[in-house]
Amino acid sequence: MNTPLYDRLDIYLGVAAFLLAVGIYGLIRRRTLIGMLISGEIIFSAASLNLMAFNRFTAHDQTVGQIFVLFIMGLAAAEIAIALSIIIAVYRNYRSVKTRGLSELNG
Amino acid sequence: MSTFPAAKLIYAAIFLFSLATTVGGALFAVLTTRLIRSVCGLAMACIGLAGLYYFLHSPFLALMEILIYVGAVCVTIVFAVMLAEPDEPKDEETAGEALLWGGLAVVVAGAIFWGLWRLGASAAWPATQGAVNDGSIKAIGVSLLTTYSLAFELISLALLVAILGALAIARTGRTKP
Repeated sequence: MNTPLYDRLDIYLGVAAFLLAVGIYGLIRRRTLIGMLISGEIIFSAASLNLMAFNRFTAHDQTVGQIFVLFIMGLAAAEIAIALSIIIAVYRNYRSVKTRGLSELNG
Repeated sequence: MSTFPAAKLIYAAIFLFSLATTVGGALFAVLTTRLIRSVCGLAMACIGLAGLYYFLHSPFLALMEILIYVGAVCVTIVFAVMLAEPDEPKDEETAGEALLWGGLAVVVAGAIFWGLWRLGASAAWPATQGAVNDGSIKAIGVSLLTTYSLAFELISLALLVAILGALAIARTGRTKP
């Protein structure tokens, strides 16, 4: 008897790996701070999905992964708030959010 | 098990739909040039992820994913897009450079995906034995108030500090009335 698609650990791990790869591609190719932030959120989602998949299929305590992912979401929200206020401050100074222009600390 | 004959087929169809929404939304988020479409892609991916969490026996996290990511994070990013630049800047690099760096990025991302996929599919993960609870919302509430109460309080502190920090950073540079 073969297990249905939604009850297989490797499917979820594959989706999480795909999200991580897409996020890293976005981090490399995006040229604005907001675009890079969105790619970072996709990487956060990949990590959360991975933790939830392992929680569902291999953990003894089924609540650990859920609480961990809840904390990841909370930290992601905090990170977004800080990062966006930094982006707004940068935009106010440079009139641009292009990453190439932000070279004041360049050695 | 189920009395409804096509139940398994419908489950599989809904699962494939949330899978496609996640993957398509993530691709949409990184490949479009307009930032507002990118935010929409992120929202799509998060809705698909909520479906996947539901299939992982966690309706609580599915709700939280929609509430926090689609409801808070995406809306906040939309505000930032409105206040800052709406579009990805025009290409300054030549076609050859774009091909080189784009190809390099695709190779890096493809290598990461291929390696993790191989690892995830080939390893023998041990199955759950002797689960101590069922992972229901009641069990989550009990462990949040007992085992993880300190972490729960710390995360509220972190959010408070983040809000104050965001206000402080965004306020500097404004002209005083």
